[in-house]
Amino acid sequence: MDFSLTEERRMLADSLRGTLKRGADWSQLAELGVLGALFTEDEGGFGGGGFDIAVVFEELGRAGSTAPILDAGLAGGLLADCCETALVERVIDGTTRPAFAHDEPGNRYDATVRSRASGDTINGAKSMVVSAEVANLLVVSAQDQDGLSLFAVEPGAKGVSLRTVPALSGGQVSEITFDNAPARRIGPSTGAARLIEYRLAAATLALCADALGTMETVKEMTLDYLRTRKQFGRPIGSFQALQHRMADLVIEIEQARSAVINLAGHLGAQPEQRALHVSATKNIVGRTAHLVAEESIQLHGGIAMTESYALGPLARRLIAVDHRFGDEDWHMERFIALRTAS
Amino acid sequence: MDLSYSAEDIAFRDEVRRFLRDKLPPELAQKVRSHTLLSKDNFERWHAILNERGWLAGNWPKAFGGAEWNAVQRHIFEEECALADAPRIIPFGLHMLGPVLMKFGTKAQQDHYLPRILDGTDWWCQGYSEPEAGSDLASLRTTAVRDGDHYVVNGQKTWTTLGQYANKIFCLVRTDSNVKPQAGISFLLIDMDTPGVEIRPIVLIDGTHEVNEVFLTDVRVPVENLVGEENQGWTIAKYLLTHERTNIAGVGFATAGLAALKRIARAERAGGRPLAENPHFAARIARVEMDLMAMATTNLRVIAAAAAGAAPGVESSMLKIKGTQIRQAINDLTRRAVGPWAMAFPSEAVEGTNLSHPGPDYAGPAAPVYLNYRKISIYGGSNEIQRGIIAKTMLGL
Ligand SMILES: Cc1cc2nc3c(=O)[nH]c(=O)nc-3n(C[C@H](O)[C@H](O)[C@H](O)COP(=O)(O)OP(=O)(O)OC[C@H]3O[C@@H](n4cnc5c(N)ncnc54)[C@H](O)[C@@H]3O)c2cc1C
Repeated sequence: MDFSLTEERRMLADSLRGTLKRGADWSQLAELGVLGALFTEDEGGFGGGGFDIAVVFEELGRAGSTAPILDAGLAGGLLADCCETALVERVIDGTTRPAFAHDEPGNRYDATVRSRASGDTINGAKSMVVSAEVANLLVVSAQDQDGLSLFAVEPGAKGVSLRTVPALSGGQVSEITFDNAPARRIGPSTGAARLIEYRLAAATLALCADALGTMETVKEMTLDYLRTRKQFGRPIGSFQALQHRMADLVIEIEQARSAVINLAGHLGAQPEQRALHVSATKNIVGRTAHLVAEESIQLHGGIAMTESYALGPLARRLIAVDHRFGDEDWHMERFIALRTAS
Repeated sequence: MDLSYSAEDIAFRDEVRRFLRDKLPPELAQKVRSHTLLSKDNFERWHAILNERGWLAGNWPKAFGGAEWNAVQRHIFEEECALADAPRIIPFGLHMLGPVLMKFGTKAQQDHYLPRILDGTDWWCQGYSEPEAGSDLASLRTTAVRDGDHYVVNGQKTWTTLGQYANKIFCLVRTDSNVKPQAGISFLLIDMDTPGVEIRPIVLIDGTHEVNEVFLTDVRVPVENLVGEENQGWTIAKYLLTHERTNIAGVGFATAGLAALKRIARAERAGGRPLAENPHFAARIARVEMDLMAMATTNLRVIAAAAAGAAPGVESSMLKIKGTQIRQAINDLTRRAVGPWAMAFPSEAVEGTNLSHPGPDYAGPAAPVYLNYRKISIYGGSNEIQRGIIAKTMLGL
């Protein structure tokens, strides 16, 4: 048993942390190998395992980065599955920045795909697509004669319209409609659902690791404030009522870390086993992120309610965790169903 | 034991309901329902409608133009207003300063200020908190130094709710630094138009501008604006706190919020069924509803005791904690109920945009309101401070 990171992963984490602190743009992140770390050697990268993903996203979350790495990794992974080797190369070097348009309006957390493609065109609506606005390629799920399939769509093409607003997590989300938009079918004629299942599992791991990093930062900020803010002539961190609350938070964050490790370690497992871990981890991280957001605000007092204090965007990012890739209840139900079946 | 209202109480409730049906402007109720921040005009319009009926100052004695309701009637009125989505009554003049002036003010102050509160001439805001004086209010540093017929005030107030609408601010200021902190504080009325008063907006994490910083630089305040005696401010502040804490449980707001949550849960679909029928979500709603049913009775128990003449005491700390927990739980469930739509956050906090939310009408406010209402367990004496009061005053620990 060994819970330490490999030397390469530790080095990547360290250099990523340093670069993000200085404020890195997209090409610097690509140059550093952030995207390459999300792909296996066969796919043209140098990582792609659960722990590679966990390491990268914990650092992105820690820095509060809104660079659309998760979305590029998710869509890029599907491109790799579809043997779009040239495109994947461009994703890894940062020139192609794809996003995956999959969820549809009114579906809540179930992805029932109603969008349709025939020939070279696609019709339908996609909802809450994170980072679509900054993407220069959309990977889109739609039904065609073979069932669920994947398509590459240029976001600037005729018939594609985006309605974009800021996202609770930071960054942006878009509602997208395709009205006879030009689309290129990618990948095999069957099995798209299986590819999507795996890539969404990896993206859920990424989101959970990101939340873990964010929680670490929020914890540090709150501790710092408890040590320095004085009321009644002493640091508020000297009040036992607050000490215990903080101690509880730390316990829960460690639980969340273990949950992320569990999922990272089972990302390559059989689908049922993987799904069980996805749901357990997402449920725990969703709960913990919510707790950390609320408690950190309360422990700060009024200052945490202001937009000019740095906690606000991080608290929103933590709250947003539960609104993507299934919330606590959705994963609880799936976990129960999987456990009952096995 | 009798859990029901008396016949008079029921008659009063029906009268309030009729009034709200006839007089509450639908466009104001709509704004409240959709959680749109009301304009100054909106609030003033509702105040004027209530004032015309003699119901604006339910807690004031008739002699001062109030309705002189007892605690049960006040509760009925507040609950019915909340259920009808009426705008809230701005408390600073009516529930805070008014009672203070009646108890501590001079005849001249009462004659001048009280009518102006009722007719809307003055909009008051509360200048207590400072950057370094939050929970520990007595450590406040804004000074007032006597100079002939004036006090010269210097310092900074913060968190001033709706100060951007106000023309007056009542402040706690330090008039003596050589005694223990509580003994050197005075209660001063300041005109916001006085030179040296500068107000700056604070944007909250949901993007709204409802609080402000107020900077006071060599502000000359006539000595007749002192309420009570010099250095009596702490006594006045404590008296005011007992009034600030009326309707502290917010049962009406919670009931209205729960009804809105249920509407959303019926409209949202999860796994091909209404979310309201999802066992996990139904259990979450049921739990908060049970809590609310019990709290409504706790609230009435306290109100009945108050109507029978008991002084408001440590019970208000209990109601504040339970009331805020329940309201925050309802806001939390409302955010959960809208599912992925909460990801869209077209807030001015984020980009200075005024984009609209792409989801159904009910979805837009869910996350911002959830975030905004984290404040209720912080202000008005944080829930930690309330627990301290319970432990000390009620339990003798
Ligand atoms: C939206 C909003 C509106 C407001 N409106 C007004 C207004 O109109 N006028 C006005 O004067 N003020 C207003 N306030 C200020 C409000 O009353 C203060 O925020 C409140 O008193 C808490 O002070 P603080 O924010 O400085 O937190 P702090 O006092 O610094 O508290 C930080 C944390 O320490 C805890 N803490 C402090 N002391 C203790 C203790 N002894 N034991 C255990 N825990 C403790 C607190 O509970 C909190 O968790 C408003 C605040 C907000 C957020």
